[in-house]
Order: sequence, then C-alpha cells, then structure tokens
Amino acid sequence: MEALKLELKEKIIEQLNLEDISIEEIGDNDPLFGDGLGLDSIDALELIVMLDKDYGIKLTDPKEGKKIFESVAIMAAYITENRTK
Amino acid sequence: MNSCYINSVACVSAQNTLRNDHFLEEVVFYDENIISAINPVYKEYIPPAAARRMAKGVKIGVVASAMALKEAYITIPDAIITGTGMGCLQDSEKFVSSMITNDEQFLTPTSFIQSTHNTVGAQIALGLQCKAYNFSYVNGAVSFESCLIDAQLMFQEQEVKHILVGGVDEHGAHTNNLHKLIGHIKKEPVSTVQLLNSKTPGTIFGEGASFFLLSDKKEHGSYGKLVDVEIINTIKLENIIDRVLHFLNRNGISVEDIDAVILGNNGDVEFDNYYNKLQDGLFKNTQQLAYKHLFGEYNTVSATGFWVGAKILKSQTVPNVLKINNKRSNSYKNILLYNQYRGENHSFVLLQSC
Repeated sequence: MEALKLELKEKIIEQLNLEDISIEEIGDNDPLFGDGLGLDSIDALELIVMLDKDYGIKLTDPKEGKKIFESVAIMAAYITENRTK
Repeated sequence: MNSCYINSVACVSAQNTLRNDHFLEEVVFYDENIISAINPVYKEYIPPAAARRMAKGVKIGVVASAMALKEAYITIPDAIITGTGMGCLQDSEKFVSSMITNDEQFLTPTSFIQSTHNTVGAQIALGLQCKAYNFSYVNGAVSFESCLIDAQLMFQEQEVKHILVGGVDEHGAHTNNLHKLIGHIKKEPVSTVQLLNSKTPGTIFGEGASFFLLSDKKEHGSYGKLVDVEIINTIKLENIIDRVLHFLNRNGISVEDIDAVILGNNGDVEFDNYYNKLQDGLFKNTQQLAYKHLFGEYNTVSATGFWVGAKILKSQTVPNVLKINNKRSNSYKNILLYNQYRGENHSFVLLQSC
C-alpha cells in the first residue's frame, strides 16, 4: 500500500504538471481538491483517465470520483480493491 | 482612414528582447539550425497554477501581451487579435502521439484543450478577464499581418480605441523533424553570422512572441504609425518590383521616401531571390536590414520584424547586426517591411514615425 501511495503521488505530480510540488509535500490524507492541492475539474478528468489506463478501473459514475479522489490514501485503498491490472 | 499608432511593443525571442530600454546591443550568437526563445521569468507574469497547463507558446504569448499592456498603461484592451501559423504545436503533438500510443483510448483532456490555435488569445483574455472581441488568425506566414488588417479595419470603423495585437509560434519537436526531412530546415548547423550568406536550401527555425498595443491616438511614448498592410498569396518573381511599386504608390510615396527596408531574408538559397531582386534593383540605394538570422524563421517572425521597425522609428537608431548593405539614413521616417516564406504569403507593411 505504501508503494502504491508513492506511485500515485509521482503520477499526480507528473501527469498534472505540478512542477513546484514534491512528493514529500503531498500528505497521504491531504485533500487533493479545494483547500489541499487545489486541483480542479480538468484534473479530475485526468485522474479518471489514469485509473482506467494504469489500473483498469472504469468510473462510469463521475460522482464516484469525488469520493475516490479525496486523498491519496483513499485513492490507493480504492485501487487496491478494484484494480484489474 | 483613421490612424493606427503603435503605443507599446513587447518581444520574447531567441535574443535578449525582454527589456525595452535595450535594442539588440547584446546579441546571442547561435551555431544551430533550430533556436529557441529565451524563457522569461514566467512566475512574474503567470500564476503557477495557470502556468502548469501552458506549453511554451502560450506562456511566451501571455508574457509578451502582459508586457505590451503594461508599457501602454492599458489594463483591458478593446480587442485581442492573435496571429499564429501553427498554433499550440507542443500540445497538438502530445495529444496526437497519445492517441497513437494508446490506440485511440485513454485520451487525456488537458493537451487536447490546450492544442487549439486560439489558446494563446483565450489565455490572455482569461488572465485579464477581458470579454472583448477576441480573434485568432491562422494564415501561415501572413497570420500576423492578417491581425494588422483586422485592427486597421476596426479603427476605420471607429469601433475601438486600444487593440492588443500579436504573433506567436512555438517549436514542436516532431514537426521540426518533418521540416528537416523535407529540407525546410537546413541539414547543417549554421552560425548566426553566416546564415544570410548561406548557399544551401532551407533555413534555421525559431520561435517567439511579439505583441503590440495599437491605439487610435498618439501617446507620449508612441513608437510610430502603422500606415498600410498588404497581403498577397503568390507573386511571380518577375512581378515583385511592380507589386512593391504598386504598394508604395497607393500610399503616395516613392522608393526614395523609404528610409529603410526590412527584409525577411532567411538564408534559403531557393527563395531569398525575391529579396535579392529588390536588394539589387529597386532598393539598391536604400538602407537594407534583415533580422531572421537573429530570430530564426517561423510563421509569425514577421511580428518580430514589425518590432524591429517600431524600435527603429522610436530610437532613430539601427543596431549594426541588422544592416546588410552599406547605405545609411540620417533619420527614419518611412520604413517598409517585406516578407514572404518559401515564395508564398508575401506581405508589405508600411510604418511611419509620428
């Protein structure tokens, strides 16, 4: 699980071009949207594509994303439970 | 026709053009066939949260536009008109290569959203929260000149007072490789000082952004006046002199009235003959200048030529590095710009001191 959290942080930084943020600055339980990293709806779309491409998870209901992308820890738990690749 | 004054200029390029109190005093010499724009300190102009989604063309466009507005003391222009020959190439290449790599699945939205040709104009407007007229012209090597014509028409109709006009293009690695393959980019690296004497096909490619605040009224800091613009898609080599004379005639001036002619020579042995014909004929007694050896060739580099012309009119000086013959003018009132790319997209622009 720890390795997956680290992997997710790396992917979030790389795919969302968060050039000024390091892995250490993203806490496992920090909110990704709103007050935390300040991600927005376009980032949410990028993360949905990432789940599909890298872990084989298709989110059919966009409302699901709101809960799943709350923090890195929640994302990692969801991926562990639902991944197909 | 209502006058169109150039009230500010800004240029991001492969040279040190960021500071307007300088005018090519310190030249950066290259020995390459692809040269890149020098990065400004983006954080001074663009919030990091917005900059993270912007490719270089968007960022330099936003920076140049902000510099132009600042110099003219204008917060929100009445119109934003942007010229770009190839648009946001980096994001276009990213998007298309991602389609190929992922077998047309898993397409990420950011590069697609940012890949459109009007992204620069849109990002400038978003940053300013400017809801005024916003138009992008994508007309190859006359994209910038198309913007100038649009701006002139708007002033003629007395629709606006201040228009932000600019030209921007960025490198795309894959696109540049294609241009190398078909010989548009020289096979061999060429030094800045040698380019204009080159005897081989192709040229060196560059990138950059130049923006200007055009106004219907002269200000204390005005650079000069945009008098006329003409775009012609194709001209036979034997007709080039007639077309120049026609352009001068319609403005009521003669060859002798031109104090300097700024030419778009780019060292391509196959197409510099248009310029050579004017250099050896019509303008043999006129001061001749060139600039692409410093900035490289790209579809909107003529906006940088426009920047050069405006700077000369205001400063009444010409940096030595631009001079390509030994004729000299005592003062600069009328400047003619002539540009074409690969024998097509010819443009004439007449600037005048004010």
